[in-house]
Amino acid sequence: MERALNGFIRALRLAGVEASTAEAIDAARTLALVGYDDREALRASFGVVLAKSETEKSIHDTVFDQYFARPAEPAGKSQETEAEENSSAGDSPETGDPEIDGLLGMAAGGGGDGGGSDATRAQINRAATEAGADEIRFQSQTSYYVARTMDRLGIGALEARLIELLNRNRPEAQAEAQILADARDRLRRMVRAAIDRRYELYGRPATEQFMTDVAVNKAMAQIGTSDLPRMKAAVARMAKRLAVKHSRRQRIKLNGQLDVRRTLRANAGRDSVPFDLVFRYKRRDKPRIVAVCDVSGSVSAHARFLLLFLHTLHHAVTDLATFVFSNTLHDVEDLLERLPFEQAMAQILRDYGGGGTDYGAAFAKLEDEYWDDIDKRTTVLMLGDGRSNYTPARIELFREMADRAKRIVWLATEAPGRWGTGDSYMLKYLPYCAQVSHCVTVADLERAVDEVLEAY
Amino acid sequence: MQAITEALSSVGYIATRQISTALYLAHHLRKPVLIEGPAGVGKTELAVSAAQCLGFPLLRLQCYEGLDDAKALYEWKYGKQLLYTQILKDKIGQIISAEDSLKEAFGKLGGFQDVFFSREFLEPRPLLQAMEQPAGSVLLIDEVDKSEEAFEALLLEVLADYQVTVPEIGTIKAQVPPLVILTSNNTRELGDALKRRCLHLHIGFPDARLERDIVRARVPGLSDKLLGQMVAFVQALREENIRKPPSVAEAVDWARTLLLLHAEALDETLVRETLNVLIKRESDVQALEDRMLPLTKSAVDAGGRPV
Repeated sequence: MERALNGFIRALRLAGVEASTAEAIDAARTLALVGYDDREALRASFGVVLAKSETEKSIHDTVFDQYFARPAEPAGKSQETEAEENSSAGDSPETGDPEIDGLLGMAAGGGGDGGGSDATRAQINRAATEAGADEIRFQSQTSYYVARTMDRLGIGALEARLIELLNRNRPEAQAEAQILADARDRLRRMVRAAIDRRYELYGRPATEQFMTDVAVNKAMAQIGTSDLPRMKAAVARMAKRLAVKHSRRQRIKLNGQLDVRRTLRANAGRDSVPFDLVFRYKRRDKPRIVAVCDVSGSVSAHARFLLLFLHTLHHAVTDLATFVFSNTLHDVEDLLERLPFEQAMAQILRDYGGGGTDYGAAFAKLEDEYWDDIDKRTTVLMLGDGRSNYTPARIELFREMADRAKRIVWLATEAPGRWGTGDSYMLKYLPYCAQVSHCVTVADLERAVDEVLEAY
Repeated sequence: MQAITEALSSVGYIATRQISTALYLAHHLRKPVLIEGPAGVGKTELAVSAAQCLGFPLLRLQCYEGLDDAKALYEWKYGKQLLYTQILKDKIGQIISAEDSLKEAFGKLGGFQDVFFSREFLEPRPLLQAMEQPAGSVLLIDEVDKSEEAFEALLLEVLADYQVTVPEIGTIKAQVPPLVILTSNNTRELGDALKRRCLHLHIGFPDARLERDIVRARVPGLSDKLLGQMVAFVQALREENIRKPPSVAEAVDWARTLLLLHAEALDETLVRETLNVLIKRESDVQALEDRMLPLTKSAVDAGGRPV
């Protein structure tokens, strides 16, 4: 009983439901209360105890159905009758070896794909656990674990007998061999089904995790479209982590400024002689960010992830203005808000992506139309390579922006060694930036955004 | 669980299996329930109904930004404390005048208990009140997401051990743990520590059958035909691309409106005239302008069929 629950919780955790030990204990108490009899009640109860958000609930329901899979009743029955026919045919040869007879019985008891009687399934599952099938991580390991599980079931004796019979070269021996071979195949099918189920439960989430880890540390420009959904999930998780981290600490104690009213009250018991001092505190502003992204070809992959990041962060960042440019600047806040992210991004890249980059013109338009958005509380987040096709750099505008804003953070897509070469203005802009980070992977981006939020 | 569902429906609350399971577990595991879901699906109503059918008093704590322990847990009766010190000043001379040395006087003072911070001057707020109910109670902490993180931390002790610690007095433990229900509209993500201590219940929009039962329980006297039509219409409206889909509360209001107007069946003009009960945003009303006729038509058709 306990083992079944442990396995279930492990599968849940792998699937992304963060069930803590305390919740596992609650689940055990729930189980004692509700019992296994009413499947639907148990499912609803575990959903309430273990899954703590809407997404977690849907994950939970899927895993529950997979893990506590009910044998398909009608299908199982037809297979059993079929198996009975087989076993009545197979009863005649007495091998005389109890071990082989047992296996034959098992094969007869079970049907084709994963069905079979409860006893048979329990036996196979036990053997699979003994063979360590819970540790399965990749689909290619399936055959290995099937073989090991078959070993555990004691298939060796049957195989030996089979070979002996085949070597005997007599018709009744051949007939018996046929029965043994059939039984072996049927057993293997059942074992394979059991292992496949374990792969779905334990292996697939682990594989998924592994692939995500790889993708997060891959250069952004090289991330293919097939990795995009995975990246989106990973970025969402990172953003959540950042949001949790930075939504705290919104009060700063102002040591030295006495809160007279509170101090008087706190010391009323001492006839208002101020023993305990209460200081005033200041609320910390939530970050205001103006993101200015270069979306020309070479940088577009970075821009995509940065915007994805900022938009998943929206509840930690109250004020977010997003501009993109290649030769002219555009406000894309509305687009990103209105359309699903991929569509919005595709449209942005299509409409504004082409054309030669011109940083100077972008700054000019920013000054012209959006200068009021930038004030002492704003962090300007620049993303780009600083290559401006030999157009005027407009350093004076950049300096003015640095003066207006709280600070400018530049996320550079080029390595420091290449700054200032050719048409790169990086070194010219550099003195006015509070911070310049070189971002290659999504993990770099997370670090950079973390630092930006940290500075508030 | 069946009993819970029936008890709730006797006070006019139609519960799904999920809801009664959560209440059952909350009662037996002695854990608070955190209810999340869109506005107006009956999160608060559940607590009210539960209190009603258990016969417990309902203590409600509405959360808002700036809520602190003085308003949620307890407060010292400041005025009385001040008066007390005044009296003390006058009396203190009398009390110690009999003693000769400073040491003896001090010893006598020590003999008096420290009344300044005592139960007499403690003003219990909802959380402490709930702990002090001798027969048990239902504590509703409404819209906990509107409060700050600091308040969440404050709740942890109350929710995990059902006790309140007042530094000057000690720990006050509940004799009968209250049934705690927290609601959240998900305006911000709640902390993991809080979530871990609670059972989590998500109430979404009900399906057509359930919604019919709810509206029937809340607004008796509506004809079956109209009921079917209006529920079908509301359900279809939720599928439309609008910013604020109508909730159950709004469906119930609409049912009342229709009853008041003695409507027999839905038609386009009727829907148009009463739409402001269902849809609360001007932009949504405009977005639905063209969809009115087909929506009404299909709702009238669907309403005829039994669900």
